[in-house]
Amino acid sequence: MTGLAAVGAGIAVLGAGLGIGRIGGSAMDAIARQPEATSKIQTAMIISAALIEGVALFGVVVGLLQG
Amino acid sequence: MGFNNLVKTFICSILLLVTAPAFASSSEGEKVDVNEMIMHHIKDAHEWHIMGPDHGEGAVVVYLPIILLDGGFKFFSSSELYHGKSIDITNEAGETEHYLANEELGYGIFHEKIYKLNEAGLLDFEHGHVTNPKPLDLSITKNVVALLVSALLLFFLLKAAASSYKKSNGVPKGVARFIEPIVIFVRDDIAKANIGEEKYKKYMPFLLTAFFFIWINNLMGLIPIIPGGANLTGNISFTLVMASFTLILTLISGNKHYWGHIFATPGVPKALLPIMIPVELIGIFTKPFALMIRLFANITAGHIIILSLVGIIFTFQSSAWGFLSVPMALFISVLELLVAFLQAFIFTMLSALFIGAAVAEHH
Repeated sequence: MTGLAAVGAGIAVLGAGLGIGRIGGSAMDAIARQPEATSKIQTAMIISAALIEGVALFGVVVGLLQG
Repeated sequence: MGFNNLVKTFICSILLLVTAPAFASSSEGEKVDVNEMIMHHIKDAHEWHIMGPDHGEGAVVVYLPIILLDGGFKFFSSSELYHGKSIDITNEAGETEHYLANEELGYGIFHEKIYKLNEAGLLDFEHGHVTNPKPLDLSITKNVVALLVSALLLFFLLKAAASSYKKSNGVPKGVARFIEPIVIFVRDDIAKANIGEEKYKKYMPFLLTAFFFIWINNLMGLIPIIPGGANLTGNISFTLVMASFTLILTLISGNKHYWGHIFATPGVPKALLPIMIPVELIGIFTKPFALMIRLFANITAGHIIILSLVGIIFTFQSSAWGFLSVPMALFISVLELLVAFLQAFIFTMLSALFIGAAVAEHH
Protein backbone atom coordinates (compact mmCIF):
# COMPACT_ATOMS: atom_id res chain seq x y z
CA MET A 1 0.00 0.00 0.00
CA THR A 2 2.89 2.36 0.76
CA GLY A 3 4.07 2.06 -2.81
CA LEU A 4 0.63 2.96 -4.15
CA ALA A 5 0.56 6.16 -2.06
CA ALA A 6 3.92 7.13 -3.52
CA VAL A 7 2.65 6.55 -7.06
CA GLY A 8 -0.38 8.71 -6.26
CA ALA A 9 1.82 11.50 -4.94
CA GLY A 10 3.91 11.23 -8.11
CA ILE A 11 0.84 11.61 -10.33
CA ALA A 12 -0.27 14.64 -8.28
CA VAL A 13 3.16 16.21 -8.84
CA LEU A 14 2.87 15.48 -12.56
CA GLY A 15 -0.39 17.41 -12.74
CA ALA A 16 0.96 20.30 -10.71
CA GLY A 17 4.10 20.44 -12.84
CA LEU A 18 2.02 20.66 -16.03
CA GLY A 19 -0.20 23.33 -14.50
CA ILE A 20 2.55 25.52 -13.10
CA GLY A 21 4.55 25.07 -16.31
CA ARG A 22 1.63 26.39 -18.35
CA ILE A 23 1.18 29.34 -15.99
CA GLY A 24 4.88 30.18 -16.18
CA GLY A 25 4.90 29.90 -19.97
CA SER A 26 1.84 32.08 -20.40
CA ALA A 27 3.22 34.65 -17.96
CA MET A 28 6.45 34.81 -19.98
CA ASP A 29 4.43 35.39 -23.16
CA ALA A 30 2.40 38.09 -21.47
CA ILE A 31 5.48 39.83 -20.04
CA ALA A 32 7.17 39.74 -23.45
CA ARG A 33 4.12 41.43 -24.99
CA GLN A 34 3.61 43.97 -22.24
CA PRO A 35 6.78 44.47 -20.21
CA GLU A 36 5.22 47.44 -18.39
CA ALA A 37 2.66 45.13 -16.73
CA THR A 38 5.33 42.79 -15.37
CA SER A 39 4.58 43.26 -11.67
CA LYS A 40 0.85 42.71 -12.08
CA ILE A 41 1.41 39.59 -14.18
CA GLN A 42 3.90 38.26 -11.67
CA THR A 43 1.45 38.66 -8.78
CA ALA A 44 -1.32 36.90 -10.66
CA MET A 45 1.13 34.19 -11.70
CA ILE A 46 2.26 33.54 -8.13
CA ILE A 47 -1.33 33.34 -6.86
CA SER A 48 -2.38 30.81 -9.49
CA ALA A 49 0.81 28.82 -9.01
CA ALA A 50 0.16 28.73 -5.25
CA LEU A 51 -3.40 27.49 -5.77
CA ILE A 52 -2.22 24.66 -8.02
CA GLU A 53 0.66 23.84 -5.73
CA GLY A 54 -1.81 23.58 -2.85
CA VAL A 55 -3.62 20.77 -4.65
CA ALA A 56 -0.33 18.97 -5.32
CA LEU A 57 0.60 19.29 -1.66
CA PHE A 58 -2.61 17.50 -0.70
CA GLY A 59 -1.15 14.60 -2.66
CA VAL A 60 2.15 14.89 -0.82
CA VAL A 61 0.38 14.95 2.55
CA VAL A 62 -1.61 11.83 1.68
CA GLY A 63 1.66 10.18 0.64
CA LEU A 64 3.22 11.13 3.98
CA LEU A 65 0.26 9.84 5.96
CA GLN A 66 0.21 6.53 4.10
CA GLY A 67 3.97 6.11 4.23
CA MET B 1 37.68 39.36 -2.14
CA GLY B 2 35.68 42.12 -0.50
CA PHE B 3 34.42 42.19 3.05
CA ASN B 4 30.94 41.21 1.90
CA ASN B 5 32.15 38.05 0.21
CA LEU B 6 34.19 37.17 3.28
CA VAL B 7 31.11 37.44 5.46
CA LYS B 8 29.09 35.33 3.02
CA THR B 9 31.75 32.63 2.88
CA PHE B 10 31.95 32.61 6.66
CA ILE B 11 28.19 32.30 7.12
CA CYS B 12 27.95 29.52 4.52
CA SER B 13 30.74 27.49 6.10
CA ILE B 14 29.25 27.86 9.59
CA LEU B 15 25.89 26.75 8.19
CA LEU B 16 27.44 23.64 6.68
CA LEU B 17 29.57 22.84 9.71
CA VAL B 18 26.74 22.95 12.20
CA THR B 19 24.47 20.80 10.06
CA ALA B 20 26.81 17.84 10.30
CA PRO B 21 27.04 17.25 14.10
CA ALA B 22 23.27 16.86 14.40
CA PHE B 23 23.57 13.68 12.36
CA ALA B 24 26.75 12.24 13.79
CA SER B 25 24.77 11.08 16.77
CA SER B 26 25.22 7.37 16.51
CA SER B 27 28.34 5.64 17.75
CA GLU B 28 30.78 4.49 15.09
CA GLY B 29 29.86 1.53 12.93
CA GLU B 30 26.25 1.55 14.03
CA LYS B 31 23.82 2.23 11.21
CA VAL B 32 21.89 5.50 11.46
CA ASP B 33 18.16 5.30 10.88
CA VAL B 34 17.85 8.37 8.65
CA ASN B 35 14.10 7.98 8.32
CA GLU B 36 13.57 7.99 12.07
CA MET B 37 15.96 10.93 12.49
CA ILE B 38 13.99 12.99 9.95
CA MET B 39 10.62 12.15 11.48
CA HIS B 40 12.02 12.99 14.91
CA HIS B 41 13.09 16.40 13.65
CA ILE B 42 9.77 17.13 11.95
CA LYS B 43 7.76 16.47 15.09
CA ASP B 44 7.49 18.49 18.26
CA ALA B 45 9.42 17.32 21.35
CA HIS B 46 9.66 17.93 25.08
CA GLU B 47 13.44 18.36 24.80
CA TRP B 48 15.74 20.22 22.46
CA HIS B 49 18.36 17.87 21.13
CA ILE B 50 21.52 19.71 20.04
CA MET B 51 24.11 17.02 19.35
CA GLY B 52 25.53 13.72 20.46
CA PRO B 53 23.59 10.50 21.02
CA ASP B 54 19.91 10.68 21.91
CA HIS B 55 20.46 10.27 25.63
CA GLY B 56 23.40 9.23 27.74
CA GLU B 57 27.05 10.14 27.61
CA GLY B 58 28.03 12.98 25.31
CA ALA B 59 24.45 14.02 24.60
CA VAL B 60 23.89 17.77 24.51
CA VAL B 61 20.21 18.24 25.20
CA VAL B 62 18.15 21.12 26.58
CA TYR B 63 15.41 19.63 28.73
CA LEU B 64 12.25 21.71 28.63
CA PRO B 65 9.71 22.05 31.44
CA ILE B 66 6.64 19.83 31.43
CA ILE B 67 3.35 21.26 32.63
CA LEU B 68 0.46 18.83 33.07
CA LEU B 69 -3.12 19.54 34.06
CA ASP B 70 -4.11 16.36 35.86
CA GLY B 71 -6.19 17.19 38.93
CA GLY B 72 -4.13 20.32 39.51
CA PHE B 73 -1.05 21.60 37.74
CA LYS B 74 2.13 19.54 37.82
CA PHE B 75 5.53 20.92 36.90
CA PHE B 76 8.70 18.95 36.36
CA SER B 77 11.65 18.81 33.99
CA SER B 78 11.40 16.53 30.97
CA SER B 79 14.78 15.02 31.95
CA GLU B 80 12.94 13.06 34.66
CA LEU B 81 10.88 11.37 31.97
CA TYR B 82 13.68 10.97 29.44
CA HIS B 83 15.93 9.45 32.09
CA GLY B 84 13.16 7.15 33.28
CA LYS B 85 13.05 3.39 32.91
CA SER B 86 13.16 2.26 29.27
CA ILE B 87 10.66 -0.51 28.53
CA ASP B 88 10.67 -2.39 25.23
CA ILE B 89 7.47 -3.32 23.45
CA THR B 90 6.71 -5.06 20.17
CA ASN B 91 4.40 -3.15 17.85
CA GLU B 92 1.94 -4.57 15.34
CA ALA B 93 4.55 -4.71 12.55
CA GLY B 94 6.74 -6.85 14.80
CA GLU B 95 9.35 -4.13 15.38
CA THR B 96 10.73 -3.40 18.81
CA GLU B 97 9.99 0.05 20.17
CA HIS B 98 10.46 1.45 23.63
CA TYR B 99 8.76 3.90 25.91
CA LEU B 100 10.10 5.69 28.97
CA ALA B 101 8.41 5.55 32.35
CA ASN B 102 9.01 7.36 35.60
CA GLU B 103 7.24 5.48 38.38
CA GLU B 104 7.80 8.14 41.04
CA LEU B 105 5.95 10.72 38.98
CA GLY B 106 3.50 8.18 37.60
CA TYR B 107 3.92 9.25 33.97
CA GLY B 108 5.31 7.60 30.87
CA ILE B 109 6.25 9.04 27.48
CA PHE B 110 5.72 7.20 24.18
CA HIS B 111 6.21 8.90 20.79
CA GLU B 112 6.41 12.27 22.57
CA LYS B 113 2.97 11.83 24.12
CA ILE B 114 2.64 11.71 27.91
CA TYR B 115 0.40 9.10 29.54
CA LYS B 116 -0.48 8.17 33.12
CA LEU B 117 1.06 4.87 34.19
CA ASN B 118 -1.12 2.06 35.52
CA GLU B 119 -0.70 0.53 39.00
CA ALA B 120 2.14 -1.70 37.85
CA GLY B 121 3.99 1.35 36.52
CA LEU B 122 3.48 0.35 32.88
CA LEU B 123 1.54 1.45 29.81
CA ASP B 124 -1.21 -0.76 28.37
CA PHE B 125 -1.14 -1.33 24.62
CA GLU B 126 -3.95 -2.37 22.34
CA HIS B 127 -3.27 -2.72 18.59
CA GLY B 128 -0.17 -0.56 18.95
CA HIS B 129 -2.04 2.28 20.68
CA VAL B 130 -1.75 3.23 24.32
CA THR B 131 -5.01 2.92 26.25
CA ASN B 132 -3.81 4.72 29.39
CA PRO B 133 -5.47 8.07 30.22
CA LYS B 134 -3.69 11.15 28.92
CA PRO B 135 -3.33 14.24 31.13
CA LEU B 136 -3.79 17.62 29.44
CA ASP B 137 -0.29 18.50 28.23
CA LEU B 138 0.45 22.24 28.44
CA SER B 139 4.22 21.80 28.32
CA ILE B 140 6.66 24.37 27.00
CA THR B 141 7.69 22.16 24.09
CA LYS B 142 10.36 22.80 21.45
CA ASN B 143 7.87 24.53 19.17
CA VAL B 144 6.56 26.71 21.98
CA VAL B 145 10.11 27.84 22.82
CA ALA B 146 10.77 28.58 19.14
CA LEU B 147 7.53 30.55 18.96
CA LEU B 148 8.37 32.61 22.04
CA VAL B 149 11.91 33.30 20.81
CA SER B 150 10.77 34.51 17.40
CA ALA B 151 7.93 36.54 18.92
CA LEU B 152 10.43 38.30 21.22
CA LEU B 153 12.88 38.80 18.35
CA LEU B 154 10.16 40.27 16.19
CA PHE B 155 8.95 42.49 19.02
CA PHE B 156 12.38 44.03 19.63
CA LEU B 157 13.12 44.36 15.92
CA LEU B 158 9.87 46.17 15.13
CA LYS B 159 9.96 48.18 18.35
CA ALA B 160 13.44 49.43 17.44
CA ALA B 161 12.19 50.32 13.97
CA ALA B 162 9.15 52.15 15.33
CA SER B 163 11.07 54.15 17.92
CA SER B 164 13.72 55.20 15.40
CA TYR B 165 11.06 57.21 13.55
CA LYS B 166 10.42 59.30 16.66
CA LYS B 167 14.08 60.19 17.09
CA SER B 168 14.68 61.11 13.47
CA ASN B 169 11.39 62.91 12.69
CA GLY B 170 10.00 60.31 10.33
CA VAL B 171 13.20 59.47 8.46
CA PRO B 172 13.94 55.73 8.60
CA LYS B 173 17.20 55.01 10.45
CA GLY B 174 18.96 51.77 11.30
CA VAL B 175 16.73 48.70 11.31
CA ALA B 176 13.79 50.77 10.03
CA ARG B 177 15.56 51.03 6.69
CA PHE B 178 15.19 47.29 6.37
CA ILE B 179 11.64 47.08 7.74
CA GLU B 180 10.09 50.02 5.89
CA PRO B 181 10.31 48.66 2.30
CA ILE B 182 8.71 45.40 3.47
CA VAL B 183 5.88 47.20 5.25
CA ILE B 184 5.29 49.32 2.15
CA PHE B 185 5.37 46.19 0.01
CA VAL B 186 2.70 44.56 2.20
CA ARG B 187 0.63 47.74 2.15
CA ASP B 188 0.79 48.51 -1.58
CA ASP B 189 1.11 45.12 -3.25
CA ILE B 190 -0.90 42.99 -0.84
CA ALA B 191 -3.41 45.08 1.11
CA LYS B 192 -4.25 47.89 -1.32
CA ALA B 193 -4.20 45.61 -4.36
CA ASN B 194 -6.60 43.04 -2.90
CA ILE B 195 -8.76 44.84 -0.35
CA GLY B 196 -9.00 48.26 -1.96
CA GLU B 197 -7.94 51.81 -1.15
CA GLU B 198 -10.84 52.59 1.20
CA LYS B 199 -10.90 49.60 3.48
CA TYR B 200 -7.37 48.24 3.60
CA LYS B 201 -6.27 50.17 6.71
CA LYS B 202 -8.33 48.15 9.18
CA TYR B 203 -6.65 44.88 8.08
CA MET B 204 -3.04 46.10 7.96
CA PRO B 205 -2.20 45.06 11.56
CA PHE B 206 -3.27 41.47 10.89
CA LEU B 207 -1.60 41.24 7.49
CA LEU B 208 1.69 42.69 8.74
CA THR B 209 1.68 40.46 11.81
CA ALA B 210 0.94 37.35 9.76
CA PHE B 211 3.58 38.21 7.19
CA PHE B 212 6.41 38.99 9.60
CA PHE B 213 5.56 36.18 11.99
CA ILE B 214 5.42 33.49 9.33
CA TRP B 215 8.52 34.83 7.62
CA ILE B 216 10.66 34.97 10.75
CA ASN B 217 9.51 31.52 11.83
CA ASN B 218 10.30 30.09 8.39
CA LEU B 219 13.77 31.62 8.57
CA MET B 220 14.38 30.48 12.14
CA GLY B 221 13.45 26.98 11.07
CA LEU B 222 16.31 27.01 8.56
CA ILE B 223 18.96 27.77 11.20
CA PRO B 224 20.27 24.34 12.18
CA ILE B 225 21.10 25.05 15.84
CA ILE B 226 19.21 26.29 18.87
CA PRO B 227 17.17 28.55 18.98
CA GLY B 228 16.48 27.84 15.30
CA GLY B 229 15.75 24.53 13.68
CA ALA B 230 12.35 23.88 15.19
CA ASN B 231 9.82 22.93 12.55
CA LEU B 232 7.29 25.49 13.78
CA THR B 233 5.67 26.69 10.56
CA GLY B 234 5.69 23.03 9.48
CA ASN B 235 3.48 22.19 12.45
CA ILE B 236 -0.15 21.68 11.52
CA SER B 237 -1.44 23.15 14.82
CA PHE B 238 0.47 26.37 14.22
CA THR B 239 -0.82 26.76 10.66
CA LEU B 240 -4.32 25.82 11.85
CA VAL B 241 -4.35 28.76 14.26
CA MET B 242 -2.93 31.15 11.65
CA ALA B 243 -5.54 30.07 9.09
CA SER B 244 -8.32 30.31 11.72
CA PHE B 245 -7.48 33.99 12.19
CA THR B 246 -8.04 34.52 8.47
CA LEU B 247 -11.31 32.58 8.62
CA ILE B 248 -12.63 34.56 11.60
CA LEU B 249 -11.55 37.87 10.07
CA THR B 250 -13.25 37.00 6.77
CA LEU B 251 -16.47 35.97 8.50
CA ILE B 252 -16.77 39.01 10.76
CA SER B 253 -15.96 41.47 8.00
CA GLY B 254 -18.25 39.88 5.40
CA ASN B 255 -20.86 42.37 4.16
CA LYS B 256 -24.32 41.70 2.71
CA HIS B 257 -22.94 41.06 -0.78
CA TYR B 258 -20.65 38.36 0.60
CA TRP B 259 -23.44 36.58 2.47
CA GLY B 260 -25.80 37.18 -0.44
CA HIS B 261 -23.41 35.28 -2.67
CA ILE B 262 -23.47 32.36 -0.28
CA PHE B 263 -27.17 32.08 0.56
CA ALA B 264 -28.70 33.45 -2.63
CA THR B 265 -26.08 33.21 -5.33
CA PRO B 266 -27.10 35.70 -8.05
CA GLY B 267 -28.09 34.18 -11.37
CA VAL B 268 -28.72 30.71 -9.97
CA PRO B 269 -32.26 29.25 -10.33
CA LYS B 270 -34.12 28.79 -7.03
CA ALA B 271 -34.34 25.01 -7.57
CA LEU B 272 -30.56 24.71 -7.52
CA LEU B 273 -30.10 26.59 -4.24
CA PRO B 274 -30.31 23.44 -2.05
CA ILE B 275 -27.17 22.27 -3.86
CA MET B 276 -25.46 25.63 -4.10
CA ILE B 277 -25.79 26.67 -0.45
CA PRO B 278 -23.96 23.63 0.99
CA VAL B 279 -21.27 23.99 -1.69
CA GLU B 280 -20.79 27.66 -0.83
CA LEU B 281 -20.77 26.88 2.89
CA ILE B 282 -18.07 24.26 2.41
CA GLY B 283 -16.21 26.82 0.27
CA ILE B 284 -15.95 29.13 3.30
CA PHE B 285 -13.90 26.50 5.11
CA THR B 286 -11.86 25.02 2.26
CA LYS B 287 -10.09 28.33 1.60
CA PRO B 288 -8.47 28.63 5.05
CA PHE B 289 -8.02 24.84 5.05
CA ALA B 290 -5.90 25.14 1.91
CA LEU B 291 -3.94 27.96 3.56
CA MET B 292 -3.24 25.68 6.49
CA ILE B 293 -2.12 22.72 4.37
CA ARG B 294 -0.05 24.86 1.99
CA LEU B 295 2.16 26.40 4.67
CA PHE B 296 2.45 23.14 6.61
CA ALA B 297 3.33 20.98 3.63
CA ASN B 298 5.74 23.45 2.03
CA ILE B 299 7.84 23.98 5.12
CA THR B 300 7.75 20.34 6.21
CA ALA B 301 8.73 19.21 2.71
CA GLY B 302 11.64 21.68 2.72
CA HIS B 303 12.93 20.36 6.04
CA ILE B 304 12.58 16.74 4.88
CA ILE B 305 14.46 17.41 1.61
CA ILE B 306 17.41 19.14 3.33
CA LEU B 307 17.67 16.41 5.97
CA SER B 308 17.36 13.61 3.39
CA LEU B 309 20.15 15.11 1.29
CA VAL B 310 22.51 15.30 4.24
CA GLY B 311 21.22 11.88 5.29
CA ILE B 312 22.60 10.38 2.04
CA ILE B 313 26.04 10.37 3.68
CA PHE B 314 24.72 8.25 6.54
CA THR B 315 22.62 5.97 4.38
CA PHE B 316 25.65 5.03 2.26
CA GLN B 317 28.04 5.22 5.23
CA SER B 318 30.71 7.05 3.28
CA SER B 319 31.95 10.61 3.67
CA ALA B 320 32.71 10.69 -0.09
CA TRP B 321 28.98 11.17 -0.65
CA GLY B 322 29.44 14.50 1.10
CA PHE B 323 30.78 15.94 -2.16
CA LEU B 324 27.34 15.32 -3.65
CA SER B 325 25.06 15.80 -0.68
CA VAL B 326 26.56 18.96 0.84
CA PRO B 327 26.35 21.12 -2.32
CA MET B 328 22.85 19.78 -2.95
CA ALA B 329 21.82 20.55 0.64
CA LEU B 330 23.30 24.04 0.28
CA PHE B 331 21.38 24.56 -2.95
CA ILE B 332 18.09 23.49 -1.37
CA SER B 333 18.86 25.60 1.73
CA VAL B 334 19.26 28.68 -0.44
CA LEU B 335 16.09 27.76 -2.32
CA GLU B 336 14.33 27.45 1.04
CA LEU B 337 15.30 31.05 1.84
CA LEU B 338 13.20 32.02 -1.17
CA VAL B 339 10.40 29.63 -0.18
CA ALA B 340 10.40 31.10 3.36
CA PHE B 341 9.63 34.52 1.91
CA LEU B 342 7.29 33.21 -0.77
CA GLN B 343 5.12 31.24 1.65
CA ALA B 344 4.80 34.20 4.02
CA PHE B 345 3.86 36.32 0.99
CA ILE B 346 1.34 33.80 -0.34
CA PHE B 347 -0.32 33.36 3.05
CA THR B 348 -0.70 37.11 3.50
CA MET B 349 -1.71 37.63 -0.12
CA LEU B 350 -4.44 34.97 -0.06
CA SER B 351 -5.68 36.20 3.34
CA ALA B 352 -5.98 39.68 1.84
CA LEU B 353 -7.73 38.20 -1.21
CA PHE B 354 -10.32 36.39 0.94
CA ILE B 355 -10.90 39.47 3.09
CA GLY B 356 -11.09 41.59 -0.05
CA ALA B 357 -13.79 39.31 -1.49
CA ALA B 358 -15.74 39.60 1.78
CA VAL B 359 -15.70 43.41 1.87
CA ALA B 360 -16.09 44.10 -1.88
CA GLU B 361 -19.06 46.40 -2.58
CA HIS B 362 -20.25 45.32 -6.04
CA HIS B 363 -19.06 43.07 -8.83
